[in-house]
Formats: sequence, structure tokens, C-alpha cells
Amino acid sequence: MIDTRVLVVGGGPGGYVCAIRAGQLGLDTTLVESGRLGGTCLTRGCIPSKALIQAASRFDALTRHVGDGHMGISLAAAPRFDLAQAVRWKDGIVERLSHGVAGLLKKAKVRVVYGHACFSDAKTCTVTRSDAPPLRIRAEHVVLATGSVAAPLPHLPYGPDVLSSTEALALTELPRRLVVVGAGYIGLELGIAFAKLGVEVSFVEAQARILPGYDAALVRPVEQWLRTHGIAVHVNTRALGIERRADGLHLSVQTGADPARTIACDKVLVAVGRRPCTQGWGLEQMAIDMNGPFVKIDARCHTSMRNVWAIGDLVGEPMLAHKASAQGEMVAEAIAGHRRAFDPVAIPAVCFTEPEIVAVGLTPEQAKAQGIAVVTGQFPLAANGRALTMDAGADGGFVRVTARADNHLVLGIHAVGAHASELSGEFAHALEMGAVLEDLAHTIHVHPTLGETVPEAALAALGRAIHI
Amino acid sequence: MGKYVFRLPDIGEGIAESEIATWRVQVGDRVSEDQPLADMLTDKAAVEISSPVAGTVLELRGAPGDKIPVGAPLVVLEVEGAGNAREEAASAPPPPVPASPPVPAASTPPPTPPSMPAAPTPRTDPPAATMRPPGVKPVAAPAVRARARELGIELQYVPGSGPAGRITHADLDAYLRQRAEGSMPAAPARPAARTAVEEVRIIGLRRKIAEAMQRAKQRIPHFAYVEEVDVTELEALRAHLNQTRDPAQPKLTLLPFLLRALVRVLPRFPQINATYDDEAGVLRRYAAVHCGIATQTAQGLVVPVLRHAETLDVWQMAAQIKQLADAARAGKATREQLSGSTITISSLGALGGIVSTPVINAPEVAIVGVNKIVERAVFRGATVVPRQMMNLSSSFDHRIVDGHDAASFIQAVKQHLEHPATLFME
Repeated sequence: MIDTRVLVVGGGPGGYVCAIRAGQLGLDTTLVESGRLGGTCLTRGCIPSKALIQAASRFDALTRHVGDGHMGISLAAAPRFDLAQAVRWKDGIVERLSHGVAGLLKKAKVRVVYGHACFSDAKTCTVTRSDAPPLRIRAEHVVLATGSVAAPLPHLPYGPDVLSSTEALALTELPRRLVVVGAGYIGLELGIAFAKLGVEVSFVEAQARILPGYDAALVRPVEQWLRTHGIAVHVNTRALGIERRADGLHLSVQTGADPARTIACDKVLVAVGRRPCTQGWGLEQMAIDMNGPFVKIDARCHTSMRNVWAIGDLVGEPMLAHKASAQGEMVAEAIAGHRRAFDPVAIPAVCFTEPEIVAVGLTPEQAKAQGIAVVTGQFPLAANGRALTMDAGADGGFVRVTARADNHLVLGIHAVGAHASELSGEFAHALEMGAVLEDLAHTIHVHPTLGETVPEAALAALGRAIHI
Repeated sequence: MGKYVFRLPDIGEGIAESEIATWRVQVGDRVSEDQPLADMLTDKAAVEISSPVAGTVLELRGAPGDKIPVGAPLVVLEVEGAGNAREEAASAPPPPVPASPPVPAASTPPPTPPSMPAAPTPRTDPPAATMRPPGVKPVAAPAVRARARELGIELQYVPGSGPAGRITHADLDAYLRQRAEGSMPAAPARPAARTAVEEVRIIGLRRKIAEAMQRAKQRIPHFAYVEEVDVTELEALRAHLNQTRDPAQPKLTLLPFLLRALVRVLPRFPQINATYDDEAGVLRRYAAVHCGIATQTAQGLVVPVLRHAETLDVWQMAAQIKQLADAARAGKATREQLSGSTITISSLGALGGIVSTPVINAPEVAIVGVNKIVERAVFRGATVVPRQMMNLSSSFDHRIVDGHDAASFIQAVKQHLEHPATLFME
């Protein structure tokens, strides 16, 4: 039996950050994790997928050096890809980061209990452990950070041939043909990576276009990349079921009202979104109000039950690691008695597609829908020197700034282009600081860097871009 | 047709410049000879400036509130005949001394009619610092937001001075200061904060008052003395006189009786009926009692002077006080009527209150303030009787008047007022 001031359930980027901050603040803190520290993000999401994407991009880049070469570098033979080795490399990174998290928790004097927690009331849980007897934990404050799981399709249950992103990242052998059901950011990121590795990939998307959550202009370069690489995208198409025949797997699909047809493949990746992990840990015993499938919270991430808090994927969209971490840190401080609230101007989002998409704040359409008159400025990566030297200028990428017409307050910054993800911090920073167009325009950026596109886009919005 | 440049004439007593109080004409007006062009302010009075010629107004050189040096062009007129404009070209006139903010010194382009200071533009300060309507998110950096939250402040109600209304740490500091002073609402449930700030240029009489008050308070160490006076008998006398007066006579207030008391007492206190030129180090003690009567007008405080009060009976004094007050209120008091006092009386009548601290009308050395008359319970032997009681609140220039003398002076005045027959016994 443990009595603790703060009990954090779930060791993902929300839970472990919350626990570290609580420990820093001198709160007696216990963290329960049923798998490995780092959660989905670190062990089967963000980090593993970025490792795979990096390997795939390197492989793809190397293939361009075969034969006549590129940049003066030529390869005599095509590069070979060994997925098992890549996965070992990826696992090494995950291992290292997970250990890092354990070290940080130890340094913050957080008690970590490995096992599956199940609540009997809002402040008491029993942790079932594989290597020890069950442990009861009573807490003054409970922080729920159980995260999310890949949503299944009822007629396409996960199995050896129907994979979620988790299994897709753990494959040791490349399938020859892969159908990705769901062309959201997870499906596209993984599908494009597999395509770069030589897998014959096609997408099945129920809605009218890929990345339906992003505005069309941003998505266009990605669509163009898919098109030029011969990747089939079946939009307005539903996956109906899977059939194993003598000649292999056949995914049966239906486009609009057309007759059903089949797509032959070796594996199917289902990436139709994630659902909050609300089952199997006694949430129903805690008398907590729900908000649809999510746990209902207020601006401080406090639930309807006194001293029970909830963060991350469990409480709603966007299901992003950095949102969970920010909420976790905030909740720890709130528990320590600080007046805090979760009130970001923007939660930045990145798609590690080819090319990458960054979305921070409002798009012009969203601003107009709110009745705000806006000015926008756009600057193409094709006009940026550094982008050209990085082979990043030819894929239609750009940076776009959206600002209020009346006082030039920056409402949103969006970008699409190779390596654009690394600009996301500057975008978010500008919005959080309440920057106006002139602030962006008058900040000297290093030449030559991709970041120069930001002041140029702001100048374009002011009607005086230099380099276009 | 020629141009006639009318220059501000010397309006007396070594005045080097004068402030435009109001224009009486506008550009384009036809004026006849001797028609008033403007009211100019001197230290004491508004002086009407009349046109020496007939013609049409072409230019007005300055706006109300501007100070114009004597001899500088005031009005340019178009007149029959040659005019005098060549003279202007020959000797470049000194430009008008602008009162802040500068008004364009008129030249070739025809000036627009001067804007009237009586209609100031209300504005909020600063313009960006307006309250946000509900639902509009305040713009502030994360550190500012965190600090506001820690302080329990809703940023929605904090004016932002930065671009796009961005709230800075300094704005938060200012809001905290203001809230500590109680001028800002602490919680949104209260009525919306009033943030409008109206800028009013302090010109004309108000500026004169401000300057005079500041000079008096800065230079004169004021000694205040308050004494209560039983005016029951005086009030009975006054009521009797008012009831039996000739209808042609003005109604008597308390002031003529107080004046009468001063006239009787001041010869014994020559240092109190005096003016002190502190720069020259000279005190002028006056035999005459020229008594300033502080008078409220629509424009502000003016002090017309009742001259040679020692020569007047109470009826004459009452009549003259009324005359002076009427002239002052109509803005018609002459410079003579507004200068030369040797002591001043300040009375707020029914608003007299219990105690006041009147400011000495420099260079005088004493001012006697009258508070309101109230019926109070007063011991007479072993019984309590109702008496009409009034306080006199007076201030003295302590450089000249010692506390002992000030007190003795007021006690002497009190003796006369409490025994009104003595006011009239030689």
C-alpha cells in the first residue's frame, strides 16, 4: 500500500512530464506505467516513425545518386535496405530515450511502478504487476494520462495482415504491396516512408481528399509528390473487408456508389485515427463526467471529480505529444498550488509527409469564417537559396503568413516543404508572443537558411517582399 | 483694396504678452470700426480688443489659449485703400508664442477658423488600450499570461500598449498600480471600467487661476486659523434690516457686516492689510481697505475688488458687492475692478462648510474665509441654548503675520461680529 500526494497514470509524454514537474515542485509523486516509459510517442509513435521516415528518406536520397549521380556523388550500385537492421537502429534510439526518461524521473524523485493500474474509486487503484504482488495506491491527486490506441475498423479487424501503426513500425520484412486505409497524417507518413523504401503503396481514403484536416493549398505539394511517384490514392473510397485468396490478399473497396472492387496487396495498414484509452482501468468507478469519447476537463485540465485531473489524448483533439506534455507540466504546477490554465494561442502540428507540412494557428479560411479580415503573404521555397542547396526547392513548398488586416496581428503561419518541420518552433513562438507582421519582417534571419522565408512571407503580406 | 495688419496693442501696465481668450470674429466676417475682434486675457481681466478700421477679416493669427506678444500681428484685414501691409513685409513680426501645442503661425495659406477649446475631443489613452469586447482574446506573451494568472488578473481587462493591443509586463504593472489605487475593477462582475480620458487645454482664466494658486501655495507659507463666532445677534440685526429695508436697497448678506468689522479692526493690524513684494523685500501697508471678494463665475474664480470699503456703509457695500459680482459673472469686470485689493474675503455662502483653508490672493498677506451659519447647542451658564454659530477660516502669510497677531486679529473681528452694535460705534 502506497500513500502518495500525486498519482500519475500513464508514462507517456503527458504523464512522465507531469510526474517530473511534480517531483521538481517537491510533491510526493508516483507514476504507474503498464508498458515502457515514453508511451505511444516514444515507443510506438512519433519517435519510431520518424526513425523509419529518416531511414526511408536517406534511402530514397541515395537512390538518386545511382548511375549518373547527383551533386557530384554517384553510386555504382543501388543501395540495399535491410528493414530488420533499421528496426534495430530504431529500437536503439527508443531504448536510449526510454532510459533517459527513467533517469529524469529518478532525478525528480518520482516513484515509478510498472504494472496495470485499475481504479476502485477516484483516488484508489490497484496495480497488477507481472513480477510482484498487486499494489494498492491511494493518492491525494490523480492525473489520468492513459493516452490513446489506434482505432480499429469493425470489418477490418487487426491481425497478422491488417496492421495498426504500431505493428507497421515493428515489421522486420517489407511487404511488396501495402494498402494504407486512411490518408490522414499517420497513414500518409508511414505510407510515404514505405513507398520510399520501394514498397508499392496505395491509399484508400473515405473523404474527398488526403489530409482532410489541412487546407488544400498546403496539401497540394504532397498530392503532387504522390502523383509523380505513381502512388494510387483512392479518395471517396471505403474499405469493406479483406479476403485471402490463393494469389494473396485482396482488400475489397467501394468508391462512392460504384460497384465494389478489390485491391491486391500483401499487408493492410489501418490508420483511421486514434481513440482515447478509456477502457479497462476502472474509469467507470471514478464518477467522472465524459465529453463524448473523451474525459471532460476544464481549463486547468481538472475533471468533474475533485483532485482528479486528465491530460493528453484522453481529453481530446489534437492528440499530440507536445499538447500532452504542456498539459502535464501545467497540471503539476496547478497541484502545487500555482494558478495555471491551459491557454495556448496555438498548438502547432506537423505532418512528416513528403514534403512536410506545418500548421500553426488559423488558416485564412478559418480566420474569415470567424469574421476576421485578413492579409496573407506567401513565399516559395523555390526562391530560397538554402532550400535549393538542400534539394528542397522543387516540390512546390512555401511559407504562408496570415494576419489580421487591421492591426497585423499574426493569426497563423503555415508551411509545406522539405525540412519545414524545423520551422514550426518559430511559427508557434511568433503566435504566442503576439507578433505582428512587422515583428516577423524586422527580425534578421540568417542567410542562407530556410527561416529567411518567414520575414519574406511577412513582407509579402505587407506588400513589399524583397525576393519575389 | 489693401491689407491691414492689426497688431496687438499695449493693453497696459507693462504687459508683454496676452492670451487670446476668444475670437469675436471669424475669417470672412465684415467688421466695422470699433467692432470687437477678440477678448485678450491679462493677469487680471479679459480685455476687449476692437478693430481700428473697417474691413473684412482675412486671417486670425492664433487660437484661443495662444499667447501673443504685444506688437505682434493679431488680425489681418482687407480694407479700402492701401492698408498697411507693406509695413509687415518690411519688419518681420515676431511670431506668436504658441501655447502648447503650437498652432501654425499663419502665413500665406488662409488659416482655418480656430478650433474652440470648449469642445475638446474625448479620447481614450492610449488608443490601443481599450477594453476588449468579450470573446476577443487578449494578446500577451506566455510569460505575461502566466504572471497574470498567478496574480489572479483577467487579461481581458488589462489595456495593452503594444502593437495590436499586445499586453506587456509594463501594462500589467500599470494595471496593478491602478487597481491598487482603486480605479480599476477587480472582478468582471462589476460594471465595465470607465477608461475615457478627456483632454482639456488649460487656457484662459483657468490657466490664470492655476498659475496664481500655484504661485501662492509655492511661495507663501500659509498659516491657517479657525475660530467660531456667535452670530445670533448679528443675524437678528440683519433679518431686521432686510425686513425693513427700502425696496430700492439691496438685500444684506453677511459680507457687508464682515467688511465693516475688517474696516474697524484693520487699522490696529496694519501688517495684515498689506501686500508683500517678496522679490523686492518690501511690505506695503495700506490705510485704505480695498477688499477682494472671491466670486465664482461660469469660467472660474475671479476676485473683483471693493475699493475704499472704509468709506461705505453696509448698504453701499451690499450694492457694490452685487454690482461687482454681476460684472464679474458677465465677464464685464474691468481691469481696475479686478486689481488692487489689499485683503480678500472668501465666502461659499450656503456651501461654506465647517472649515476651509483659503489660498492667499498674492501679493496680499491675509484672506478671511466665511463658513456656513448653523444653529448649535451652546452652553450659557448652566443651560443649553440654541445659537447661530459660524466659523471663520482664515489664512495668513506667515512670513509677515505672526500666529499671535493673526489670532488677535480674528478675535477682534469676532468681538465686533458678536456685538454688532460695536460695528457702528466710532
